[in-house]
Amino acid sequence: MAPLEELTAAYLASRDDQSFQSELKDLLQNYAGRPTPLFHAARLTEHCGGATIYLKREDLLHTGAHKINNTLGQVLLARRMNKQRIVAETGAGQHGVASATVCALFGLNCVVYMGAEDMRRQELNVFRMQLLGAEVREVNAGSRTLKDAINEALRDWVTNVGDTYYLLGSALGPHPYPLMVRDYQSVIGREARTQILEQEGRLPDALIACVGGGSNSIGLFHPFLSDSEIRMIGVEAGGSGNELGQHAARFNAGGGGRPGVLQGTMSYVLQDSNGQVAATHSISAGLDYPSIGPEHAFLHDAGRVEYVSVSDSDALEAFQLLSRLEGIIPALESAHAVAHAMKVARDMRPGQLLIVNLSGRGDKDVNSVREALEL
Amino acid sequence: MGRIADVFSSLKQQGKKGFIPYITAGDPDLATTEELLVTLAQTATLIELGVPFSDPMADGPVIQRASERALKNNFGLQDLLDTAARAQKRADVPTILFSYYNPLLQFGLKRVAQAVKDAGLDGVLVTDLTPEEAGEFETELHAHGLDMIFLIAPTSTDERLKLVAERASGFIYAVSRAGVTGTRNTISAEAERLVNRMRQFSDLPIAVGFGISNAEQVADVHRYADAVVVGSAIVAEMERLAGSPELVERIGKFGQALYQPEI
Repeated sequence: MAPLEELTAAYLASRDDQSFQSELKDLLQNYAGRPTPLFHAARLTEHCGGATIYLKREDLLHTGAHKINNTLGQVLLARRMNKQRIVAETGAGQHGVASATVCALFGLNCVVYMGAEDMRRQELNVFRMQLLGAEVREVNAGSRTLKDAINEALRDWVTNVGDTYYLLGSALGPHPYPLMVRDYQSVIGREARTQILEQEGRLPDALIACVGGGSNSIGLFHPFLSDSEIRMIGVEAGGSGNELGQHAARFNAGGGGRPGVLQGTMSYVLQDSNGQVAATHSISAGLDYPSIGPEHAFLHDAGRVEYVSVSDSDALEAFQLLSRLEGIIPALESAHAVAHAMKVARDMRPGQLLIVNLSGRGDKDVNSVREALEL
Repeated sequence: MGRIADVFSSLKQQGKKGFIPYITAGDPDLATTEELLVTLAQTATLIELGVPFSDPMADGPVIQRASERALKNNFGLQDLLDTAARAQKRADVPTILFSYYNPLLQFGLKRVAQAVKDAGLDGVLVTDLTPEEAGEFETELHAHGLDMIFLIAPTSTDERLKLVAERASGFIYAVSRAGVTGTRNTISAEAERLVNRMRQFSDLPIAVGFGISNAEQVADVHRYADAVVVGSAIVAEMERLAGSPELVERIGKFGQALYQPEI
């Protein structure tokens, strides 16, 4: 608990520190490439024949995904706390790459824990992290995916807490991580709000984002939460079926998700009747996690955000479709959001506005998509 | 007063220190667990019985592997408690559950307290439940006359030690160093400092665990603490003896080599 209390105090102090905030703003703009465009996807809109679809282009950020928004904030915090060593976990590898990147930028040692299964699926990202000077440690425990990498990173952190900062990549884990990650990612929604007002002169009718741990989605949703007329939809990984072990849809009725405690957080957890955390499956490593950020559980129970799931095959189809229609190859994670956006757009009136968070680019997924399509 | 308080108070009267072995229930199977509990009862002051969990984030690789082996047997908390109850009938020794929160939460907190009581066990330690969040479960345990054991660590602030002192019963478990379970060649001086700090706030017995693996370390920790917990060293020995028909007997001897209650 002591490390979490120390972190909470340091984070809250940094939030009110003007020089901290202006340094972060400068890095987001001049290093990461913010603001990202809000792009009117005209051909996708035409294809669906309903709402006007906008894509929030987080895929255009340095390192190729929204993860850098959070790693820049947290690395500044680590430096403020005088921690010289950073540990991080990664699923798809995007957060690992973003962590390795900011550590290179600030000359800090970086160790990234990654499940053996994910290392296989995301070979290219493993090499990118190594190029950036990080050490990637393979995790062979449990399901060998994101949750096991988080366990291992937590073990490292509590063992080396004196000089080590744990740079958690999603809006989950113990407090203050869900709060911190949400705050750092909320830049997505704040920008999208300004941009849609500039381009359309009004707020959107609906927002859609994929939800693994839930950082890109909470980042988009949070600045709009008090606009009660805006519909928000989080898209979970439906995987290959609704049986426990075939998906990562924590909110699916009958899918095995119910409130539980995992990794210091109470939220919805996919688990068996004995409270053992279940294996999950998704074609996208970044959504392949048995729990979900606690704020999403709250928004779900409060009825403010709808949660749906999209299957592996529908995500694959959207992956290809967006590539061909808009010349944008999305991350498989983001392809889940695109797939559901296409359904929702059709049911909306022409002229209504739908923003989809394109949380990452798909270069990392090209090999797995090729494998999947050849099956 | 519960059995835990009794056993520590009688040790104190005799000027002795305690020994707390840990095993993971169901490793390699529940039948062996029952035999191990009976055998370890000969040397143990108290036994910690681990509830296997899919995500044991406070444990090092040895106990993680024990959890994985146990989970392959696919049993529930009631099966585990039935095993412990059978062992209690054959050799009664104070026993606590050592668990992560989720398996207990899913079983139902009230139901856990009742089932633990019915099995003849004495208390529960939940590794990932902080005192701030523990109120509901603590109430259930106390209503059933059971102890709630809390962990303290060298990183714990005085405020946190005071909080634990107010809430703990039975004994207090002091973690010897920052980190996860697992054997170490040396026991850090931090452990002794932590025990001495805790004594300012509580008169409860203090057991030290994490990293203790041999008789010298046991004797060293006994200089300043009331008991030692040995977990990973025993579980690692079980791993080495996997499949041996003499496993139970040899683990009993391993325990005796660590600690002789008569001395």
